[in-house]
Amino acid sequence: MDGDRTWFLRPSTQTVVVTVALLLSSLLVYAFPRSLPAFLLFQASLLILYHARIARPLKIGFAASALGLLLPILGSINGYYLEVAIQVGIFVALALGLNIVVGLAGLLDLGYVAFFAVGAYLWAIFGSRQANQFISASLIQFPLAPEWFFVFLLLGVVVAAVTGVLLGLPVLRLRGDYLAIVTLGFGEVVRVLVNNLDKPINFTNGPIGITPIQRPPLFFLPVLEALGIRASPAALYALYFYFLVLLIVLVVTLVTQRLHHSHIGRAWEAIREDEMAAMAMGVPLVRMKLLAFAAGASFAGTMGVLFSAKQLYINPESFTFMESIGVLAMVILGGMGSIPGVVLGATVVTVLNLQVLKELSIWLNTLRHTEAAISIPLIGSFSFSQLPPQFEPAKYERMIFGIILVLMMIFRPQGMIPPRRWRRTRGE
Amino acid sequence: MDILIAIFPQVLVDGIALGFMYALIALGYTMVYGVLTFINFAHSEIFVAGAFVGVEVLLTLQAWGLLQDLHPVLLLLLVLLAGMTMSGVLALAVERVAYRPLRAAPRLVPLISAIGVSFFLQDLIRFGESLWRNAFYLTYPSIPFFDQRIQLTALVDVPLKSLVVIVAAIVMLVGLNLLVHRTKIGTAIRAVAEDQATASLMGIDVDRMIALTFLIGGAMGGAAGVLFGIQYSLITPYTGFIPGIKAFTAAVLGGIGNIPGAMVGGVVLGLLEAFAASYLSLLTGGAFGAEYKDIFAFSILILILIFRPQGLLGEVVRERA
Repeated sequence: MDGDRTWFLRPSTQTVVVTVALLLSSLLVYAFPRSLPAFLLFQASLLILYHARIARPLKIGFAASALGLLLPILGSINGYYLEVAIQVGIFVALALGLNIVVGLAGLLDLGYVAFFAVGAYLWAIFGSRQANQFISASLIQFPLAPEWFFVFLLLGVVVAAVTGVLLGLPVLRLRGDYLAIVTLGFGEVVRVLVNNLDKPINFTNGPIGITPIQRPPLFFLPVLEALGIRASPAALYALYFYFLVLLIVLVVTLVTQRLHHSHIGRAWEAIREDEMAAMAMGVPLVRMKLLAFAAGASFAGTMGVLFSAKQLYINPESFTFMESIGVLAMVILGGMGSIPGVVLGATVVTVLNLQVLKELSIWLNTLRHTEAAISIPLIGSFSFSQLPPQFEPAKYERMIFGIILVLMMIFRPQGMIPPRRWRRTRGE
Repeated sequence: MDILIAIFPQVLVDGIALGFMYALIALGYTMVYGVLTFINFAHSEIFVAGAFVGVEVLLTLQAWGLLQDLHPVLLLLLVLLAGMTMSGVLALAVERVAYRPLRAAPRLVPLISAIGVSFFLQDLIRFGESLWRNAFYLTYPSIPFFDQRIQLTALVDVPLKSLVVIVAAIVMLVGLNLLVHRTKIGTAIRAVAEDQATASLMGIDVDRMIALTFLIGGAMGGAAGVLFGIQYSLITPYTGFIPGIKAFTAAVLGGIGNIPGAMVGGVVLGLLEAFAASYLSLLTGGAFGAEYKDIFAFSILILILIFRPQGLLGEVVRERA
């Protein structure tokens, strides 16, 4: 991508390299459907594709076939990969939304997951019988029909954006660190409210959560049947959600990119760099900050609607402070203000949590049952069967988030893939 | 109405005990903010580390069979000292590793680093306790002496441990106030808070004073952790988050950077919360229960930050360029 970087491979050779990497890693996943390294290699080949210097249409073609064809095929071999891909997609959209607020406008929002919760509960309440708790069943019979899902995807954007503006109005004149604490408080208030609004009127069903939630309609089913394609409902819905997420992520990415390169994006960056100077140049501070809050919130809102439909079940536990920090860690790891960086950061953190840590837990458990032991000089030998059962690496998400935040702040605050403008000003 | 009056003294004592605990934690936030204008987000975990050291000491003594034999006051001093040492040293280490390299960076950078430290420490404590005890939800062993209840009137009695918490907290707060306002070291700390460059020109070792601030704030947090464990028994690595936010609220309420302010803010918040927790459900006929006490504290935080960011006793903090 960078014009001034010297590359040792000619573009034609790079095309070959990318093709080989994609095909080889896909074959590996096909041959070893349970192997984590094979799937990681597949993801790495996507990164190679991003960094390869080949013609743009060709690159888009590669990306489309990898994400639109190869990944669904691999997902039908090992269904868990599709689940991972869906989760990655959800977090990419969330991270892109937070990136607008934190990365572009420079406002540290520690309660971002609240907007996700707003979207999720919006569909959960009206897409299940829950709404009949406060709307008489003789008036409307809930749940709403599956077709309403698409209306609610848009409604999620609107409602979350309005929530963002409502939160933003009173707090935006606060200094940076106070703003962070207030948004944190707001996130917690939303969580406590959701947890307790089962009385006096039952809106959210409290800590028990809401289930079953309506899934989106399978409008294409007649077409599939006409073509003679049969699939189990589980596989069908997994593929369906995968493509829905892919579509939303695509839209969100395009919107972010257009915003970033518009006068709005430049205004945001001006505010981030120096509020005083921005104001002096005639940037309407309050309006631009509100816009950033609304835009960031709207991404989370629409993803929330999709999340509740995919999960079939939601409760307040999915919307804790830890989730907000997780999304923040993704943005920081990838690079604040950089779209490819944030996508990479969300992917790395999600895969680390969902796959690597879990794999490590399973591996330790097997070691525990085999009589494996390591001997360390001077200390003596240590047998894995002595490892306490409470010790599970899969539960250490917070440690991962923490290490990412501290190390990135100290050693690489610009992130793994810094924004292009950053690179230009530092002459890299 | 009778029940409202009958529980009043109990709620009052609970509220004051809670308030002094918040005040002790709030000191860590407010002192660091005064010196560095930076929210030490990891302070809540420094507090929890003190609570865990306290429970480890007590459990070890219990395993040795010494818990009953030691004099309760001696026991309390021993546990407090252990908790304060651990938390103070931990705060010192965190400052050295995660904050000092970022002192020149933009405001939000050390804050993000502090959030990272907070999350890291939570799981580090969990990691250590899981390996060591195969459990990370620990309860303080009961000490019969502290479990006594003192009869105030025929109807009203209060637990002795609440009074112990209040007395211990007051002693420490008075000691700290003397340290900061009557000694040379205290003067140096206040000078650094006022103006780092000038303080440095006057021959004050700024780095050392900042480290000392973290040490003192951390030690107070550790003491609060031990008192928290004695008062509420159950502690987990994630216990610190809510008291941490509330103590920060207390610091903001009293005026951040202001030591007496933190004490006033802590007690006010503790009382408000105790009364909200006991009376909200009675007064609204059960529609809003004690669960809303957290919302109550957060709302106070948000309102204070918006309408009176300098707090009850504070002065306006200058914006650092």
